[in-house]
Amino acid sequence: MIVQLSHPQRQVEIKGPKRTKELLRELNLVIEAHLVIRGDDLVTEDEMLADADQIEIRPVISGGSLG
Amino acid sequence: MNCTKCPTSTKAVISLPRHNAAFCKDCFTTFVHEQVARAIKSFKMFTPADRILVAVSGGKDSLALWHILLNLGYRADALYVNLGIGSYSEESHRKVQHYAETVAAAHSATLLVHVVEQEAGAGIRELANILHRPTCSTCGTIKRYQFNRAAVEQNYDVMATGHNLDDEAARLLGNVLHWQEEYLDKQSPTLPASVEGFAKKVKPLCRLSEREIAAYAVVNRIDYIVEECPMAKGSKMLLYKEVLNRLETESPGTKQRFYWGFLDKQNKPDAPTESMAEKDQRTLAPCLSCGQPTTADTCSYCKMMAKAKSVPAR
Ligand SMILES: Nc1ncnc2c1ncn2[C@@H]1O[C@H](COP(=O)(O)O)[C@@H](O)[C@H]1O
Ligand code: Q46
Repeated sequence: MIVQLSHPQRQVEIKGPKRTKELLRELNLVIEAHLVIRGDDLVTEDEMLADADQIEIRPVISGGSLG
Repeated sequence: MNCTKCPTSTKAVISLPRHNAAFCKDCFTTFVHEQVARAIKSFKMFTPADRILVAVSGGKDSLALWHILLNLGYRADALYVNLGIGSYSEESHRKVQHYAETVAAAHSATLLVHVVEQEAGAGIRELANILHRPTCSTCGTIKRYQFNRAAVEQNYDVMATGHNLDDEAARLLGNVLHWQEEYLDKQSPTLPASVEGFAKKVKPLCRLSEREIAAYAVVNRIDYIVEECPMAKGSKMLLYKEVLNRLETESPGTKQRFYWGFLDKQNKPDAPTESMAEKDQRTLAPCLSCGQPTTADTCSYCKMMAKAKSVPAR
């Protein structure tokens, strides 16, 4: 499956089928800081992702000043 | 995973370990609206009669906040401050404008825009250079000033920002690590219009995590800027958030207990403080068996030994 990542924008190819949770673990990403989107829809950690799926892993943490 | 709330048990789109729940799209939207409604009520933020000015940056938090307030039926206009940070500012400006035209306008809500370059003659980065100050601190001063001034001059009853649970927990961690006690008072989700010229300021998203708000934006098809301000890279804020999220992953609810626990303590009127010695003298007495201080008749060591000896050795 093609996985779209941000910060910086890039794509990686990962072999499916694979659970969301495992995909994040493989890429060394914490669940609490990311959302996994298949097509236009959000999926949960236990969802099985297929090779043909379009996946986006979107970071949700923004930085900014402590002011 | 199925929705834990729906009688029809629709497929869940998000699981929330800190609430022991999983929600489908509709139940999740309802959950988010309820959390915001609770914050508004418990911190006495505003009423449906009030005019609200939401500071909207084009990011997920503030656009989601505007969306939620409009959907809850509040009278909320928005203010966007264009900081003049190259393509980041152009893109975020476009996102806010687009939301204002395609969604907010139907609720009769309007967008105010302040362009830093127009008033100051330069964007935030050039200004910081001229002033020999870090960009983010220059930026913070300008934003706070413009938010307050717009709210006061245009007669809004209250100014709202999109600060979320992660923002507040990270800031609290920073303040505690450096014992900046003077900043702790400012961490309340509602700050009163303490003097003439100060707008009342509120943070209605303080009960929701950053991930929950991003999920709300995705589920409700809110088109926000995912890209970060280029100046945020390597900030302390990001480091604190990362640390807190590692803790959260290990023990769900950590961020919430940390920040809400602080608010609870802050809300309680100062209890008369008893010194540790006074407390010990009140609660401890000699153990009936060995004479060492204990809160019980027999100390836990003596109880343990008595029990160990009563069990025949194998
Ligand atoms: N350029 C901006 N224009 C209007 N509001 C902003 C802007 N930047 C930040 N804000 C507001 O300040 C809050 C905190 O922003 P941040 O410090 O970027 O996390 C956001 O949720 C917005 O409500
Ligand atoms: S929240 Fe942030 S907008 Fe401004 S320049 Fe960019 S990082 Fe720094 S403070």
